[in-house]
Amino acid sequence: MKDFIFPPMPDDRDMGTPVKEGKPVSLIIDGFEVTVPEGTSVMRAAAELGIQVPKLCATDSLEAFGSCRLCTVEIEGRRGTPASCTTPVTEGMVVSTQSEKVRRIRKGVMELYISDHPLDCLTCSANGDRELQDMAGAVGLRDVRYKAPEDGGFVNHFEARNTSGEANPEWLPKDDSNPYFTYDPSKCIVCNRCVRACEEVQGAFALTIEGRGFDSRVSVGTENFLASDCVSCGACVQACPTATLQEKSIIEMGTPDRSVVTTCAYCGVGCSFKAEMQGDTLVRMVPYKHGKANRGHSCVKGRFAWGYANHKERILNPMIRDSIDEPWREVGWEEAIGFAAAKMRGLQETYGRKSIGVITSSRCTNEETYLVQKLTRAVFGNNNTDTCARVCHSPTGYGLGQTFGTSAGTQDFDSVEHTDVVLVIGANPTDGHPVFASRLKKRLRAGAKLIVIDPRRIDLVKSAHVEAAHHLALRPGTNVAVVTALAHVIVTEGLIDEAFIRERCDWDEFQHFAAFVSDTRHSPEATALLTGVDPNEMRAAARLFARGGNGAIYYGLGVTEHSQGSTTVMSIANLAMLTGNVGRPGVGVNPLRGQNNVQGSCDMGSFPHELPGYRHVKNADVRQMFEAVWGTPIDPEPGLRIPNMLDAAVDGTFKGLYCQGEDILQSDPDTKHVAAGLAAMECVIVHDLFLNETANYAHVFLPGSTFLEKDGTFTNAERRINRVRKVMAPRNGYGDWEVTQLLANAMGAGWSYTHPSQIMDEIAATTPSFAGVDYALLEEKGSVQWPCNAAHPEGTPLMHVDGFVRGKGRFIVTEYVATDEKTGPRFPLLLTTGRILSQYNVGAQTRRTANTIWHEADLLEIHPHDAENRGLTDGDWVRLASRAGETTLKAKVTDRVSPGVVYTTFHHPDTQANVITTDYSDWATNCPEYKVTAVQVSSSNGPTDWQEDYAAQAERARRILPAAE
Amino acid sequence: MVHMANQIATFFKSQPGDATEKVASHIGDFWEPRMRDQLRDYVNQGGAGLDRVVVEAAALVR
Repeated sequence: MKDFIFPPMPDDRDMGTPVKEGKPVSLIIDGFEVTVPEGTSVMRAAAELGIQVPKLCATDSLEAFGSCRLCTVEIEGRRGTPASCTTPVTEGMVVSTQSEKVRRIRKGVMELYISDHPLDCLTCSANGDRELQDMAGAVGLRDVRYKAPEDGGFVNHFEARNTSGEANPEWLPKDDSNPYFTYDPSKCIVCNRCVRACEEVQGAFALTIEGRGFDSRVSVGTENFLASDCVSCGACVQACPTATLQEKSIIEMGTPDRSVVTTCAYCGVGCSFKAEMQGDTLVRMVPYKHGKANRGHSCVKGRFAWGYANHKERILNPMIRDSIDEPWREVGWEEAIGFAAAKMRGLQETYGRKSIGVITSSRCTNEETYLVQKLTRAVFGNNNTDTCARVCHSPTGYGLGQTFGTSAGTQDFDSVEHTDVVLVIGANPTDGHPVFASRLKKRLRAGAKLIVIDPRRIDLVKSAHVEAAHHLALRPGTNVAVVTALAHVIVTEGLIDEAFIRERCDWDEFQHFAAFVSDTRHSPEATALLTGVDPNEMRAAARLFARGGNGAIYYGLGVTEHSQGSTTVMSIANLAMLTGNVGRPGVGVNPLRGQNNVQGSCDMGSFPHELPGYRHVKNADVRQMFEAVWGTPIDPEPGLRIPNMLDAAVDGTFKGLYCQGEDILQSDPDTKHVAAGLAAMECVIVHDLFLNETANYAHVFLPGSTFLEKDGTFTNAERRINRVRKVMAPRNGYGDWEVTQLLANAMGAGWSYTHPSQIMDEIAATTPSFAGVDYALLEEKGSVQWPCNAAHPEGTPLMHVDGFVRGKGRFIVTEYVATDEKTGPRFPLLLTTGRILSQYNVGAQTRRTANTIWHEADLLEIHPHDAENRGLTDGDWVRLASRAGETTLKAKVTDRVSPGVVYTTFHHPDTQANVITTDYSDWATNCPEYKVTAVQVSSSNGPTDWQEDYAAQAERARRILPAAE
Repeated sequence: MVHMANQIATFFKSQPGDATEKVASHIGDFWEPRMRDQLRDYVNQGGAGLDRVVVEAAALVR
């Protein structure tokens, strides 16, 4: 299968050992001179020359191990035959990779391996795709002399019984407990690659080698893979040179015939994958080693959870209805688009130009998002556009814009390799951004220090070979007080980087900030009662961050989704500036963005006050630039944000919505309010893969396409613009950009895009930070990070290197203000929400894959103390109530949460955690306060009335009439 | 609306400079005209519960 990869990309061969950095060293291999960095192995140096030394235990994603002895070479002036994988190059070395002696050794080694391996190559699932087979060929193995003694005893691991029917104690059955791959011990050669991949790449340490000598075998330490610590990232499967660890899809379908490089559509890490195909059928997704975000690694979602694309519940035909009480009617595209266009225009005629709007998708491509916001601005004639970033990282946009001058993370993911102290605030990377978490853990194992600020004891606080130096388990809602207290310690103990501040920041604003933050009311001691954090720990953490070398801050929605979300972002920026941690590798402020293209959807002008490139609609010069290209005037007033749209709908002034690839009914706070807003609208158009929860209130359903079915780009959390490539035709008939164009044209737009590259050209022509981006450049470079323009023709891995984008960095005073969401006698506990590794957001995709085996329902985590007070035990049904609503779910009693705090996920609509969350929001951006809700927990017998009503309505709303003959 | 407007005022009151002007400019930049009209109407009807800075800012909002 290694034959055809699109696009033709850098060398995809396995170079045997990892790339090194160091001064150049020259040597001669098989008569050819080669120069490689110091520290490089002889094996890799040979590979650079195109000479593949036979190998089994080596692969370039892992450090050399030197166990298989197949890669022996001869080196002039050295005794014996050293392993080329573990032998570093030296100046002037003369190596011979082929000689009679090493050939004989290799053949002998291979013969021994094969003597304990089944010879079922033709029917083996790894046929044509495995190194063991290739190596047997490479060393010229023609026969195996070793045979079992005739008079007794087994000498292999691969035969279940001998000819007399006697059971082989060394034989173990296949473990197929993992839904995506199998472990077949009979094919294992104990090369240790899987064990090392689990340790070095993923950092899970779920695998080990058990036993010694002939008894050695790979073990998960529990009854099977599913019951073990395995996180199903696929690194071991990727590393295995035999069919021991094998994807079930390959076992079922056979090996792929071609491979297309594309970008994962799950989280904001934006991993590159090779989509391996048979014709237009996807066989497997394999992490792409030249992908600059993931460097060849993956998680269970991107690697395995793509089965939703063919799920039986996927809707492939457009549907319409006049009222949500009616069943859906399947119609053709023309009728559906005509119906939708007529309704939307009719609403504008009756209720005014501003009575309709759009929600762009952070799941769709940049090109698609750009078209949806263009639809509202250029065709609807208003600025009513918003996106899911409203409910996640809108405070990042505002906060970093105010302090640094631009709304994005400052680093690339590679930067973590140069970090000395990592500060993780309100993020749970091992679940939310798993591939970044693996890269972070690798750095932590190499000695970097970790500080975690989180109300919950996330996995990073203590897991295999990783332990946080400080875990500040604050009370939910006190982020600003904690970060300001850290700044207090740094300023009052004289730990600031004054040279940096004088050179890069506004000195007057700094002095004002320093005076503010030095006040003893901000000290760890003064705020301890409020935050619940031990002042000594707090001071130690501040000292470590300020003095520990390169300090990098990574944060997530635990920062933004609060009443003071924007203020916390500013306080984080203050902390980075105070300690001089901006503008070089290993430092910076790094928002971990949630969805695959939420960065892109923000860049593309999805917000109602901003045109693409974060430029306010009030600026006439910016409007003129777009008016010239679009040929239509642009409204200079900001439009409605998602919560404002819902409020206006309830008030009767907002009547129609085109919602692409987002499920606001499940994902947005205060479900009852969202439902009331949607129910008040006269035309809701849902454009999605499935009949999601929002579609229960829709009048038009336009089937969407998956990321496998269209061309485009996604922009990840490090501003990296990655290509998405079409590997199969859209099952629904159209790419999402084509559907938006159909709707626009039915409303008179006259658009004529024939390929997404033309949309990117229009983005580049109108948006300075994208000026240099086109598909040709992306083909050439693989990916680029914006800004990419005349000043940065190859993109910008690190921001603010020679100074802040806004000029001088700006310190902003961050006064703590308690949220109005307060506990009291009725609601004494604080609920905070989050995610889990195997499920993704509202679960529309992952719930339709075998990932449900790991998480089939949302659970409520509650501290043993709070559980005991309420007479609750693990696994009990409990009623969770807030002033907004109530639901029921099962309890999980755990000390991961502190007393007084409960936690749940929001992946399942039958739990609908958002019926509990309230309408409080960030002061600057209206980002909802998901992370703090005062609740009460009590025992329950079953679903609440609300849950039963909701389920009944959903079932009614999802009825589909059989298509007319 | 009252809650949102007061939150904005609370932040800008903590900042150096003229809070009224900053509140007015924030609301002008981020609130849709319908919301600004609602705020002005509410102020004209007495503005119960609104922060003083919001009341003053409402007159300056575009």
